[in-house]
Amino acid sequence: MSSSFKDALKSGKFVITSEVAPPKGTNLEKMAHHVELLKDKVDAMNVTDHQSSVMRFPSLGGALLVKEMGGEPILQMTCRDRNRMALEADLLFASSRGINNVLCLTGDSIVLGDHKEAKSVFDVDSSQLLATIRLMEKGKDMGGNNLDGAVSFCAGAIVTPEANPIEPQLIKFEKKIEAGAEFIQTQAVYDLDNFKRFMEYARGFPAKILAGVILLTSAPMARFMNKNVAGVSVPQSLIDEMASAPKGGALAKGIEIAGRMIKQIWEEKMCDGVHIMAIGKEELVPEIIEMSGIFPALKTQD
Amino acid sequence: MIRSITQQKSEEEIDQLLSGLGRIFVIGCGTCVTLTHTGGRTEVNVMKEHLANKGKLITGDLVLPVACDNMTAEALNEHGQQIDQADALLIMTCAFGVQTIAKQLKKLVVPALDTLFIGKETALGQFDEVCAQCGTCILGETGGICPVTSCHKGLVNGPCGGTNDGKCEIDNAKDCAWTLIYNRLNELGRLDGMRKLQKPRNHQGEPSPGKFIL
Ligand code: SF4
Ligand code: SF4
Repeated sequence: MSSSFKDALKSGKFVITSEVAPPKGTNLEKMAHHVELLKDKVDAMNVTDHQSSVMRFPSLGGALLVKEMGGEPILQMTCRDRNRMALEADLLFASSRGINNVLCLTGDSIVLGDHKEAKSVFDVDSSQLLATIRLMEKGKDMGGNNLDGAVSFCAGAIVTPEANPIEPQLIKFEKKIEAGAEFIQTQAVYDLDNFKRFMEYARGFPAKILAGVILLTSAPMARFMNKNVAGVSVPQSLIDEMASAPKGGALAKGIEIAGRMIKQIWEEKMCDGVHIMAIGKEELVPEIIEMSGIFPALKTQD
Repeated sequence: MIRSITQQKSEEEIDQLLSGLGRIFVIGCGTCVTLTHTGGRTEVNVMKEHLANKGKLITGDLVLPVACDNMTAEALNEHGQQIDQADALLIMTCAFGVQTIAKQLKKLVVPALDTLFIGKETALGQFDEVCAQCGTCILGETGGICPVTSCHKGLVNGPCGGTNDGKCEIDNAKDCAWTLIYNRLNELGRLDGMRKLQKPRNHQGEPSPGKFIL
């Protein structure tokens, strides 16, 4: 396997990942446009898997598109829609086509999505999926049978550093690393002092940590996330800053804040990199990276 | 005591199920559905009135003491004629009762209720699902709280990322099972149990349909 993402993680440089969302339908134009914009700016891009339980073009197909376009995909896989056989089969396929990075997720509930009466699966969970990847790398499947051709992946998972209560979440985090997670992308963090405390703990584990940065698009959007997104807490000072933006300038303010946060995470070497989520506004990611001012520096690092 | 927890189907669905059927015999039950106010004497009377208003002829009614037990010969004798006269039996018991009656009476049965789960009354007027009879019990690892049933996703290795303030991502009226399990194991000084990476569950402990022969 050659995973340029894994190499980037190993190199010790500050790693930047972002994400692209497959379309609702067969029109891949917009996604391809985002891939084109991002592929030389980030070390890898996550391809989301029916995000928020909304049915879309599959992440596997999206990851193939990224690959074909010369980008480095991270295949997101949730356990919501496929049982262990289907997950294993998709891992075989991904591996055979040079998709070498997987992000293992449990997946949101069906009832939160757009197919509310569908059957949910959850035959395995995120930590078991990670263990499955490690098993398949040894040439075995979950039924105990030999594989004719093993897989090889750079596998990762997520953590919510601001979850409440935090202890059960941290136990799960440790189990994911024990099961084989090499990298961890975090849920959005906004209070960097809290994040530093989390990192003091997380540094004790053998996984690279990429801090989640979600672009704020308006003050109401920030308040909405505080109310509705588990484990995301935007401090009042940032909400006020968003609200202080001149009319029509909220998005620019959001880009400024995201850039500033990335810069601080990088300068203070808080963790191993960032995962930038612009949810629907992926075309702004290059601007966010530019705003952080780290890109020329990173280039010389390469 | 375990209880069969039911909810009345919508008026439209019941009307649709009964369309073209003019003569109806209504059956309730004195046990679980009486407790949940979905098929006791009061609800049977309300249903009869509703059906009469819709132009149905009620040939009779009966509230069985325990509808999931076979009907006694006395009950059958007493109501046999009224049951015979009916085009269909509208059954306001849980699905165990509906199936028991269908087998015994060989009449078209129409359920008026949806059976939601087998549960327990955990507070006055509150019923919770506690066991889904999965066939491979793991309560020994979780401090006696069932994640297969109490966690919306049936996760066995700890919480998902959607848990919020101890509540489940799907409904903040529902507790997150993994906060409960964490607290229980913490109390018992047994958090090591939660740290153990659990294997994927065996979902075929008893391949359905379940059958047990002594
Ligand atoms: S694990 Fe849960 S659902 Fe399965 S038998 Fe035990 S209590 Fe019931
Ligand atoms: S929030 Fe808790 S109970 Fe709900 S699905 Fe996640 S882990 Fe399970």
